[in-house]
Amino acid sequence: MKKAILSAATTVVVAMAFGLSRSSQARPAANGQNTSTGQYQVEIDNFSFGPATLTVPVGATVTWTNQDEVPHNVVSTDGKDIKSPVLDTDQKFTHTFAQAGTYAYYCSIHPKMTGKVIVQ
Amino acid sequence: MRRQKDELILHNHNNDGVDRRGFLKCMAWAGTGALCVIKGGVLRSYSLSDPASLAVSAPDGELAFVQISDSHMGFNKAANPDVVATLQAAVDKINAAPVEPAFLLHTGDISHLSKPTEFDTVDQILKSAKAKQVFFVPGEHDVLEDNGQQYLDRYGKTAKGAGWYSFGNKGVHFIGLVNVLNLKAGGLGTLGSEQLEWLEDDVKGLSASTPIVVFAHIPLWAVYPEWGWGTEDSAQALSYLKRFGSVTVLNGHIHQTMQKVEGNITFHTATSTAFPQPQPGTAPSPGPLKVPAEQLRSLLGVTSVDYVPGKHTLAIVDSSLA
Repeated sequence: MKKAILSAATTVVVAMAFGLSRSSQARPAANGQNTSTGQYQVEIDNFSFGPATLTVPVGATVTWTNQDEVPHNVVSTDGKDIKSPVLDTDQKFTHTFAQAGTYAYYCSIHPKMTGKVIVQ
Repeated sequence: MRRQKDELILHNHNNDGVDRRGFLKCMAWAGTGALCVIKGGVLRSYSLSDPASLAVSAPDGELAFVQISDSHMGFNKAANPDVVATLQAAVDKINAAPVEPAFLLHTGDISHLSKPTEFDTVDQILKSAKAKQVFFVPGEHDVLEDNGQQYLDRYGKTAKGAGWYSFGNKGVHFIGLVNVLNLKAGGLGTLGSEQLEWLEDDVKGLSASTPIVVFAHIPLWAVYPEWGWGTEDSAQALSYLKRFGSVTVLNGHIHQTMQKVEGNITFHTATSTAFPQPQPGTAPSPGPLKVPAEQLRSLLGVTSVDYVPGKHTLAIVDSSLA
């Protein structure tokens, strides 16, 4: 009886594992690099951007999400291109990169926080 | 009225004739209902049977004021779900002090998100302070979105540039500086050349015996640059003040007390009235630090500062809200 339950449980676990791996191919993984839909994620957490350097193809859209309990923003280091509003906890900002290049940015409220998007 | 266990004399080199043993003895009396006050360098004790009658203004020539900081009105996360209550507790504490301060200094991060309602709430709470005059400098949370225009409209009408200014009181020269604007990527706080030129000119004509008090949000010394706890060009500012016999620098931003003495300059940072932050390097980042609810108020507080003529160093006393 025990063996039967054990093997049934194992089958269920295996089935679930397969199910999970199939669905994970359909949605972005952590720091979502989903090349099929061009959607990328940067998490703002513990006063840092993660990943700090993100490489994306031309036309990609990047979404920053603030997980910290203090507000942050996303501003181009050279003052061009990117200027987000102030993001409170859980708020997001999205930017689409239409042209290739290296886009250095920082949080102008806490300027030690820096990041980079490389578009190629 | 119980003895205030959390009052620390952090800095008192007044050579005022009060020996430590005598002071400690007086502190012990406080547990039985006496209050000890240093006035004019002399220690006096008062019975606490009628505390309301004890509030006095500082003796002639002396100046007492209180620094509060980082009220972050609008913050509502786990580290402190009620920053209104703790700011009110800070004001109540100041109102209950035996010596009434001549004014308050707020060293910035008045609001959490620069929202008008947040500033309004702080103004409302400060109206309950017996000390009616409050001087401000902005924190980085006060100048979001509009480059500080709202802050200027509310608190900087007579200030210069981004909100710097100076004033005198009982012979002490006070200077409010702004180091939270135009921050560069990867950098620290910044004063900027226009403000530095103004500062040099502002103190040029003062005699070296004029006590100076500088107040600004971000520390004017390198407390912990990895976390942005410092000011890029503070060395230049301090070079204009080196010749003075007594300089006191009061800052906020780091939500904990820290002190450094460099020659004639005493640097001191205040606790927040909203939430504590970790000590340098003890956490992944300088964000709000959650502690057990019963410990919160012991990590928040106000700072009393007293100037006694003839004494070079101002007496700085931190009191928690516990």
